[in-house]
Amino acid sequence: MNSWANIKTITKRELGAYFSSPLAYIFIVIFLLLCGFFAFAVQPTLLTRGQASLAANFFFWHPWFYLFLVPAVGMRLWAEERRVGTIELLLTMPITAWQAIVGKFLASWLFLGVALAMTFPIVLTVNYLGHPDNGVIFAGYLGSWLMAGSYLAVSCLTSALTRNQVVSFILSVVACLFLILAGFPPVISLLESSGRPWFVEAVASFSVITHFEGLQKGVVDSRDLVFYLSLIGFSLFSTSVILRGRRAG
Amino acid sequence: MDMIRVNNLTKFFGAKHAVDGISFAVERGEVLGFLGPNGAGKSTTMRMITGFIPPTSGEITVGGFDMLENPLPAKRLIGYLPENAPAYTDMTVHGFLSFAAEIRGLHGGARKKAVSRAVEMCFLEAVLHQSVETLSKGYRHRTCFAQSIIHDPDVLILDEPTDGLDPNQKHEVRQLIRRMGATKAIIFSTHILEEVDAVCSRAVIIDRGRIVANGTPQQLRQKSEWSGAVTLRVIGINAATLQQRLIQIPAAKKITVIKEDATSVTARVFPQPGSNSVLAQGVADAAQGWRIEEMHTEEGRLDEVFRSITLPDTAKQAEAKQ
Ligand SMILES: Nc1ncnc2c1ncn2[C@@H]1O[C@H](COP(=O)(O)OP(=O)(O)O)[C@@H](O)[C@H]1O
Ligand SMILES: [Mg+2]
Repeated sequence: MNSWANIKTITKRELGAYFSSPLAYIFIVIFLLLCGFFAFAVQPTLLTRGQASLAANFFFWHPWFYLFLVPAVGMRLWAEERRVGTIELLLTMPITAWQAIVGKFLASWLFLGVALAMTFPIVLTVNYLGHPDNGVIFAGYLGSWLMAGSYLAVSCLTSALTRNQVVSFILSVVACLFLILAGFPPVISLLESSGRPWFVEAVASFSVITHFEGLQKGVVDSRDLVFYLSLIGFSLFSTSVILRGRRAG
Repeated sequence: MDMIRVNNLTKFFGAKHAVDGISFAVERGEVLGFLGPNGAGKSTTMRMITGFIPPTSGEITVGGFDMLENPLPAKRLIGYLPENAPAYTDMTVHGFLSFAAEIRGLHGGARKKAVSRAVEMCFLEAVLHQSVETLSKGYRHRTCFAQSIIHDPDVLILDEPTDGLDPNQKHEVRQLIRRMGATKAIIFSTHILEEVDAVCSRAVIIDRGRIVANGTPQQLRQKSEWSGAVTLRVIGINAATLQQRLIQIPAAKKITVIKEDATSVTARVFPQPGSNSVLAQGVADAAQGWRIEEMHTEEGRLDEVFRSITLPDTAKQAEAKQ
């Protein structure tokens, strides 16, 4: 109970910090422009084929949008606290480091959720044009949000490594790129040429793309959910280890 | 009961021995001053007491709670003003203080009351709805100070609370600390020695991670070779005669001539160790028949004590050779 109250206080503060800075609005605008552009302009089949291609034209690009946008949201999480010195206030308050980590993570994740929810005109459009299965669309959104959460948890981790936001951003893009490329078709076919299918499978199982495919098609497989949630849990746990190690000197 | 108790605290940063076996205790109603040159280990010690960094070894209890075993109840008792007074720049002063109150478990009316009390004590009304980012240094400092007292804590740890303030603000903050010292256990660090007299009931001097002196300001001052020294101005005498007569006083250690002009000589007589209190009488006896224009006993000077016990080794050796 008490620990949720602490998490809520932190989350509220962080959300306030996002929305009091113009960066948040710039982020949302860029995200919406990218989504709109790729959904309707790059492959205009969405307008003719409706729901089936919401996966191909809209969700398909999300892993790539997030590659740059999510680290931009997450890079300040701990780097900024350390640069300004407020980490010393935060971690001497009567809360656990874990509550602070979860509170900050939830705030950014909710923020990404808000940005994602603001793409709803696209859903309205496909509903207007045809009769899509809105359950499938919902699964796609769920997958997209979970994927954003895993990128974010990784950014949270890299943000704890440094007081420099730019370094934190770059580290996080590199780490997220690995999470994409492990399941990226060209990389997969390259690995397949090695002739060890178990190896290919092992690598691909670490990819956010592989686990996003089913959800885009409306298949909510618990293994995919477990994958995303464990990636988030693992990254946040590593963040707490790093924060403790950094302070131990 | 001691509110803060620190036992044999040690901290290594890699090979660097930042804090080296510090022990002390602070009771309610005490204001303990931490003095020491830059890099002495004052901030590191405070960071360990507040639970920000773990010590390499040693024990810390706050209000009876072990900071390492049971940090949350210990942290609840503490208000902390870190060095450089950090604050969330993306919030208003009011927002920041409300956040601090809420995380301390104050909600609703209790929170409102706590915020307005802290705002009043730290004179923040004028900037209440201003963003922390745009505050002047003095206001930012007081905002962080207000955060530290928002829950009326039993223990206050203040790392250089008057740093960067103008003389009026310094005065206000010192008054505030002294007033709160009546009911709380307070530790504050400074390198402004006049603050020790103005605020502390006790002071420790820290040098290279160790406590090198511990006592009331009065006791510390008595460690000074200035303590009990007699300064006098005599008319119609030359410096050589004066020195000859004064050096015969058994309690006198050395005489320095401060000023000599056509009509008078000003000199200072330093006491032998342990004879601070009898030197003045000795000087008065020796000076019979002189025309003394001025004579007084020095109280001892903290800055001199500070310098003489915190000098680096090399400087101490150089001084010994002279
Ligand atoms: N995080 C750290 N990593 C390495 N060395 C540190 C760290 N923090 C402090 N130090 C070193 O420990 C010593 C004591 O520092 P500090 O406690 O800040 O001194 P003070 O507050 O008395 O000026 C200094 O030599 C400083 O360089
Ligand atoms: Mg310091």
